[in-house]
Amino acid sequence: MKYKKLRTRGHKVVLNRSKGGDAGIAFFLTIMGAFMFLPMLYAVMQSLKPLDELFMFPPRFFVRKPNLENFADLFSLMSDSWVPFSRYIFNTVFITAVGTAGNLLFASMAAYALAKMRFPGRNVIFKIIVMSLMFHQTVNQVTNFIMMSAFRMIDTYWAIILPAMATTMGLYLMKQFMESSVPDTVLESARLDGASEIRTFWVIAMPMVKPAWMTLIIECFRTLWNTGSSIYIYSEQLKTFNYAIQQILAGGVARSGAAAAATVVMMLVPITVFVVNQSKIVETMGSSGMKD
Amino acid sequence: MANKIEQGTPGSGAAVKTARPVARKDMTRAQWVWKEMKRNKVAYLMIAPFLLLFLLFTVVPVLLSMVLSLTDFNMLQFPHWQGLKNYSRLFLGDEIFLIACKNTLVFAAITGPVSYFMSLLIAWFINELPPKIRAVITLIFYAPSISGQVYLIWQTLFSSDSYGWANGFLLNMGFITTPILWFQDADYVMPLCIIVALWTSLGTAFLAFIAGLQTIDRSLYEAGAVDGIRNRWQEFWYVTLPTMRPQLMFGAVLSITQSFGFGAVVTALCGFPSVDYAAHTIMHHLDDYGGQRYEIGYASAIAVVLFIIMLTCNLVVKKLLSKVGQ
Repeated sequence: MKYKKLRTRGHKVVLNRSKGGDAGIAFFLTIMGAFMFLPMLYAVMQSLKPLDELFMFPPRFFVRKPNLENFADLFSLMSDSWVPFSRYIFNTVFITAVGTAGNLLFASMAAYALAKMRFPGRNVIFKIIVMSLMFHQTVNQVTNFIMMSAFRMIDTYWAIILPAMATTMGLYLMKQFMESSVPDTVLESARLDGASEIRTFWVIAMPMVKPAWMTLIIECFRTLWNTGSSIYIYSEQLKTFNYAIQQILAGGVARSGAAAAATVVMMLVPITVFVVNQSKIVETMGSSGMKD
Repeated sequence: MANKIEQGTPGSGAAVKTARPVARKDMTRAQWVWKEMKRNKVAYLMIAPFLLLFLLFTVVPVLLSMVLSLTDFNMLQFPHWQGLKNYSRLFLGDEIFLIACKNTLVFAAITGPVSYFMSLLIAWFINELPPKIRAVITLIFYAPSISGQVYLIWQTLFSSDSYGWANGFLLNMGFITTPILWFQDADYVMPLCIIVALWTSLGTAFLAFIAGLQTIDRSLYEAGAVDGIRNRWQEFWYVTLPTMRPQLMFGAVLSITQSFGFGAVVTALCGFPSVDYAAHTIMHHLDDYGGQRYEIGYASAIAVVLFIIMLTCNLVVKKLLSKVGQ
C-alpha cells in the first residue's frame, strides 16, 4: 500500500484534494465571478462617465475621464421635482423603519412562542407558515387589493407596512435559530427564578439571538427599500424613493447620466448594510435548515 | 405520566407552579387541550399580532381567491356564481394563457434548478477558502440579488442602439451590420430574461448553503477519508450532501418560489406586454386581468392555478430531496 504525500494549506492538512480539481474550480469561479461582477462594475462605470462617453461608438467598458457630474445632475433633478425629493426619501425611510421594526417585534415574539413553548396548535401554525414560503406573494396581489380597500387602507402607508410586518421568512429563520442556539436550561432557570414568560423572552432569549435579528432586519429592509410603484399608492406625496428613481430612469436619453448615478445610489445602501452584517447573517443561516 | 407532562412542557412556567400535576389520562382529550391552552395563554398572546396580520394578508387572500375564482366578480357589481366556468375559459378559450403557462414553466424549469445548483456549487467551491477571501467572493455573488433595480444595467448592456455594449461589440467585430433589438425581439427576449433572472438569483438559498457547509463537523470528513473516500467529489456526495440535507431542503423551497417570482424583472426589462407575448408569464396574465381589466373572478382563477403549480412543484421536490443520501 502506497502512502500519498499529505497536501497542506497554511499548515492545515487537506484531505482528498487534487491539484487538477483546484484548478478547475478556480477556473469555474473566475468565469462565474466575471458574469456576476462585471455588470455591477459596469453600472458603477456608467455612473462616472461624462455624457459623451456614455454615447460613444464603440462603447468602452472602462471610464476614461471619471467625474461626478452625473451625481450632481441627479441631485439637481431631485430638487426640481414636483414633490420635494426629501418627501420621497422620508416615505421610503418611514415605510422601511416602521415595517422592519414591526416585523422584528412581532416575528420574534411569535418565533419564541413557536420555538420554546408547547401549546396546542403549535405544529399546525408552523406548518402553515412553512407552506407560505412555498408560494410567491404575487399570487395574492389581486385579493390583497380587495382586502386593503375593505380596510380603507388604499393610498396609505399601511397598505405597504402591515403585510411587510407579517413576512414569514424572518420568522422562520428566527425560530430555527432560537431552537438551535437558546438552550432550554437557561430559560428554565430564569422561570424558576420567577421571571414571567415575556420577561424571559425579552431579557434572556432576545439578546442571545442578535445575529437572527440582523438577518431579519436585512431581509425586511431589502424588500421595503426596493418598494417601487405600488398598486396601493397613487398620491404622489406618498410614493417612495425607488419610484422617484424609476421615473428618472424612464426619462429617456437626456437623463442617462443621472439614471446611471441613481442606480448606483440605490444599490449602495443595501450592499453596505449587508457588508456590515455579513458574518451575523451567515451565522443565522447555519440553522436555517428545514426538516422533512 | 405526570413526569411525561413535565417533560413535554419545557416552555411553561406554570407547570412548575401548579401544586399537583394532573395526569393526561384523567380527562378527555378536549378537556386536556383546553387546559393546555389556558396554561399557555402567554404563548397565544405572543403569537397573536403576527398571526393576525399573517392571516389577514396571506391566508385570507389565498382562500378568497379560491372562492372568487368561482364567480364573475369585477369590483363593481355583486359577484355571481359561475362554477368552474372561469377555469374552462382559462384552459379552453384563452390562448394567451396557454402561452403564459408554457413560458412560466420553461422559465421556472430553467431558473429554478440552475440557480439552485449554481448556489450549491459556488458555496461548496468557496467553502475551503480563507474566511476573508470567502467573504469577498460571497459579496460578489450575492450583491446582484440585493441591489434592487440594478438588473436594469442589462438593458444598457443589451440596448437596442449601437451604444449598447453587446451591439457595439458585435458591430465592431463585423458579425452584424445593424443593431439587434434585443429586448424587443421575440427570439432573444426569453433567453435574455432568463440570464438576467439567474444573475439576480443567488440570494438567501446561497447564504444558507454557505452557512450549512461551514457548520459541517470536520471530523466527518476525516472519518470519510479513513473509510476510503478518494476525492472531493465522492466526499461531496457521501459526506457533505447527506449532512446538509436540511439546508438543501430550505434552499430548494426558496429557489422554486423565487423561480416563479420573476415577473417584475421581465416587465422592467421588456415592458408589458412583451413582444408577441414571447416572455408573457402567468404572473403577467394575472396582473393583466387583475390589475388592469378588473376581471377579479377570472384573475383569481389564474392566481389559484399559479398557486397550485407552485405548491405542487415544492412538494414534489421536497419528496425527491428527502431521498438524498438515504
